[in-house]
Amino acid sequence: MTYQPLSRDQLAARVARDIPEGSYVNLGIGLPTRIANFLDPEKEIFLHSENGLLGMGPAPAPGEEDPELINAGKEFVTLLTGGCYFHHGDSFTMMRGGHIDICVLGAFQIAANGDLANWHTGAADAIPAVGGAMDLAVGARKVFVTTDHVTKKGEPKIVERCSYPLTGVGCVDRIYTDLAVIDVTPQGLLVQEMVPGITREQLQAMTGAALQFSANCQ
Amino acid sequence: MIDKTVATAADAVAQIYDGATVMIGGFGSAGQPAELIDALIAQGARELTIVNNNAGNGDTGLAALLKARRVKKIICSFPRQSDSYEFDALYRAGEIELELVPQGNLACRIQAAGSGLGAVFTPTGYGTLLAQGKETREINGKHYVLEYPISADFALIKAQQGDRWGNLVYRKTARNFGPIMAAAAKVTIAQVSEIVALGALDPEQVVTPGIFVQQLVAV
Repeated sequence: MTYQPLSRDQLAARVARDIPEGSYVNLGIGLPTRIANFLDPEKEIFLHSENGLLGMGPAPAPGEEDPELINAGKEFVTLLTGGCYFHHGDSFTMMRGGHIDICVLGAFQIAANGDLANWHTGAADAIPAVGGAMDLAVGARKVFVTTDHVTKKGEPKIVERCSYPLTGVGCVDRIYTDLAVIDVTPQGLLVQEMVPGITREQLQAMTGAALQFSANCQ
Repeated sequence: MIDKTVATAADAVAQIYDGATVMIGGFGSAGQPAELIDALIAQGARELTIVNNNAGNGDTGLAALLKARRVKKIICSFPRQSDSYEFDALYRAGEIELELVPQGNLACRIQAAGSGLGAVFTPTGYGTLLAQGKETREINGKHYVLEYPISADFALIKAQQGDRWGNLVYRKTARNFGPIMAAAAKVTIAQVSEIVALGALDPEQVVTPGIFVQQLVAV
């Protein structure tokens, strides 16, 4: 069977479809940030950025950049009408107090039990940096992860146990890869969707942990 | 009459001594008190422990303080960035100590210090490298890590406007760590874009009450 993995934009658009109106959402650095481009403009969704704003809008027009209006990735952004600013204490109260409905993070590895590794390769010469990833992993009501299904070398990123240092223990709720949408459940990994043309066997072969399949994944 | 304003950034940082712990506000460059940092570099204090979210960007502000080799240790959440080359070089050479703290733990440890708490149990970092060796506790079925407050001898922060009693308002996302650092330091020095008359700030809009601010300087 032949199949076409989702492009990065298609993956971002797929996640965007699962974000309901009224949600308070934190989009992590990298691919998750791109999801904002695909949110339905008819829906009011509150984007949070941990450096201290709610109601984050898109990038400003050229020449309109304000060095004091940035997001957690230190990119220039705008504030939507009704948005607001706050300090770091309040921002992490939102994140860890269970007030953020959904966060979307990138991943190096995700384990079958929902463990997430996304901050540090553990390499001896790497300079570690963690930012707010560990806070989001434990604090958001739902933790979504976006990732390629396998590494550039073809190794599974969904594994039985993470070999990289953990960001959070058992924190991931749903994994969106370029090949599938997979829920992390108490019974294990449950595939909810696959890209057209791929077989269960092909997907399992690229996954380092046992998969179960919902009825609509034929 | 109480007037916390000082004439120059140099006057404001004159009291900072060798070996002091200094919180510096800002998230990247937003909210970084660049003029106070420049004055601190000129002042010459050494062997500083710095608390900041990052570890300097480019070659100005905090990065310049690192480059001048005034920093013994940095406590931060996200040192490695595309333009953190001053920190990277010192770190790889073993010439700076790094205490890496998840961003929310950095915030709540600073808040704990400002609030007079003895410690906090935080869920962040449980089961990770950053909690190794730390006391943990299960509370209502959730796991927490015991983290101690981060206090400071001095905090250098940036705000938009202030009055002579030290009340402050901020601008956009430059607010970030300013309000919580102000409460956590023995001496908080704020640089502001404008000093306004007492009463000019709407009391409903004051973000940092002047009780947390000891000195301010217009830059």
